[in-house]
Amino acid sequence: MSRRKFVTLAHGGGGKASSDLIEDIFMPEFSNELLESLSDGAVFNAPPGGRLAFSTDTFVIDPVFFPGGDIGSLAVHGTVNDLAVSGSVPKYLSAGFVLEEGFSLKELKKIARSMGEAARECGVSIVTGDTKVVARGGADKIFINTSGIGFMPDGVEISPKRVKKGDMIILSGSIGEHGIAILTLRKGLEFDTELVSDSRPLHELVKTMLEAETGIRMMRDPTRGGLAAALNEIAASSGNGIIIEEKAIPIKDSVRGVCEILGLDVLNVANEGKLVAFVPPESADKVLSAMREHPAGREASIIGSVGGTEPGRVEMKTEFIGSRIVEPLVGDQLPRIC
Amino acid sequence: MKYMTEFRDGRIAEKISAALAVESKNNVRIMEFCGGHTISLLKYGIPDLLPESIEMVSGPGCPVCVTSKAEIDAAIELAWRPDVMLASFGDMIRVPGTKGSLRQAKAEGADVRIVYSPDDAVRLAKENREKKVVFFAVGFETTAPVTASSVKLAESLNLDNYFLLSAHKTTPAILAALLAEEINLDGFVCPGHVTAITGTEMYGILTDAGKPCVVSGFEPLDILSSILSIVRQINRGAAETEIEYSRIVAPEGNLHARRIMEDVFRPADAVWRGLGVVPASGFKPSGDYRRFNACEEFGIEIDMDEKETKGCICDSILRGLKKPPDCKLFKTACTPEDPVGACMVSDEGTCSVYYRFHRAQRVEPEIVPA
Repeated sequence: MSRRKFVTLAHGGGGKASSDLIEDIFMPEFSNELLESLSDGAVFNAPPGGRLAFSTDTFVIDPVFFPGGDIGSLAVHGTVNDLAVSGSVPKYLSAGFVLEEGFSLKELKKIARSMGEAARECGVSIVTGDTKVVARGGADKIFINTSGIGFMPDGVEISPKRVKKGDMIILSGSIGEHGIAILTLRKGLEFDTELVSDSRPLHELVKTMLEAETGIRMMRDPTRGGLAAALNEIAASSGNGIIIEEKAIPIKDSVRGVCEILGLDVLNVANEGKLVAFVPPESADKVLSAMREHPAGREASIIGSVGGTEPGRVEMKTEFIGSRIVEPLVGDQLPRIC
Repeated sequence: MKYMTEFRDGRIAEKISAALAVESKNNVRIMEFCGGHTISLLKYGIPDLLPESIEMVSGPGCPVCVTSKAEIDAAIELAWRPDVMLASFGDMIRVPGTKGSLRQAKAEGADVRIVYSPDDAVRLAKENREKKVVFFAVGFETTAPVTASSVKLAESLNLDNYFLLSAHKTTPAILAALLAEEINLDGFVCPGHVTAITGTEMYGILTDAGKPCVVSGFEPLDILSSILSIVRQINRGAAETEIEYSRIVAPEGNLHARRIMEDVFRPADAVWRGLGVVPASGFKPSGDYRRFNACEEFGIEIDMDEKETKGCICDSILRGLKKPPDCKLFKTACTPEDPVGACMVSDEGTCSVYYRFHRAQRVEPEIVPA
């Protein structure tokens, strides 16, 4: 590792310092055949069926290290999960870094290590990458973009257009942990909770689910904007109404407590390791039991169904005995949570 | 979760709902004064549990909403001064004045800091002695004592660079103003947290005018049982102040908080967004604390001539005369992202609450299995 302790503009210059950074920090953590060829692009074979899923996401989370993960593991999980809920088996990732001059190389190493570990856990290879350095103040510490390619199994088609009236909606576990864990770290809002982010990969859970029912109609991971945003998007793009039951939605007491104190609606709070699936009613029980067999779906629960009174509208029967509409979040509840 | 689920028990709600169906005889209009109550009402779907004879009407009790455009303009003007750091609660910064919001000013480079408490603003003043820190103080009697105590804190730290731009509003003055309008209301669900500070004496003008008052908590069962108490008072021809929220509210209020507030502030005329000037309905630092008044320090006059945007009916909504769906701009030109009127600007504003939670059709509640 270089004797320099901080990222300098030279690290992004394309010269000696740039290649040192790649050799010392990224290669040892990401190592795989495709990356080691150090060519400008990774070349690989498409799956026999020929269908691919492709997704991208950029991570600007503040703070960079948080209970339950860091920007590196999050950047891998985020794109892996987008590929997984598209129905594909995640295979290859790219990683683009924007580093602020002065960022600690030790922390960068730690982030690279956690990306490498997360990639191995997810069975994906980081096969191409890029690093840019901007002058101090031009960015905040580190931003990461990951794009990914997944192989689509035959017969799987995940699309909001396939959502039908009567479909059951399954949520894989308790909501709001990522958003609240990050929020409690913010200056001026120091809450003492044991909460950790739920950041985790979902590809294996999805595999289990698709083995139980190839015909799952739609899946989404409710990240920014929370469950409310995910359900509203699906209601709008499928042209169906959705009705959910408040008391069926798993929520940890500590999340519920912080939301109460701050007046937040937990349905708007971000998750990084949960998914919501739309399943034909006849196979809902089968998919649910398969999910509960898996650690990422232990607390899975049927939270509602497709129907309701108005196309495109999400309604919720409240824990009380009334009902209300569920609107997507307006404005910014909390910036830079992912 | 303890102390929360107890107040959200659907089976008890069902019993109160059944009692209301039997006991509510004539058509009545009941105002929930406070924005926090409006949220609970619609978030839990309480209107579905009321007989059609009971109409709930939202009041002007959202402090962010009733902050006038002129007050926001003054805050923006101060934030642009090179010697000033403007501290504000987060929900104030997206509220538009006549020329944009504090959020826009911040994005363009004005020094706007978000704080969670006025004491954080005092800390900013302590850490930035070269700057004049102005805290944009909003709220009713619930927040005014905390602002007042921040002034005392700044005094004890000998800070000469801490100031208040006070847009505080007072509840008794607006209750009197509402009553003077002779609006057609039969009872009031009164604000729990404000009353925890002020005590119940101020409701005398309402009960003297024959309007039952029940000071309510914010959980759905609090509100439902307060409505039942009001209906029962109406049935027996009574008009009294009752405290449903007795776990928090004492009749005399919080004497310590009142003393701090009365020590630092004096009532002053204030302009309310959507309602105009209401005499003696604001708070200004006075007496020994006059030097903390940002208006005096920076020679700022708040324009008292508040004009509402064309087509906006917020003035009628704040008076309980109309409801958000009556407005042509509601959910079209006026949304929480891009609010036109006062009631859409804060999460507690009536239009914003309706936007997020209100469903057009009435739905019969499902009976909860025992």
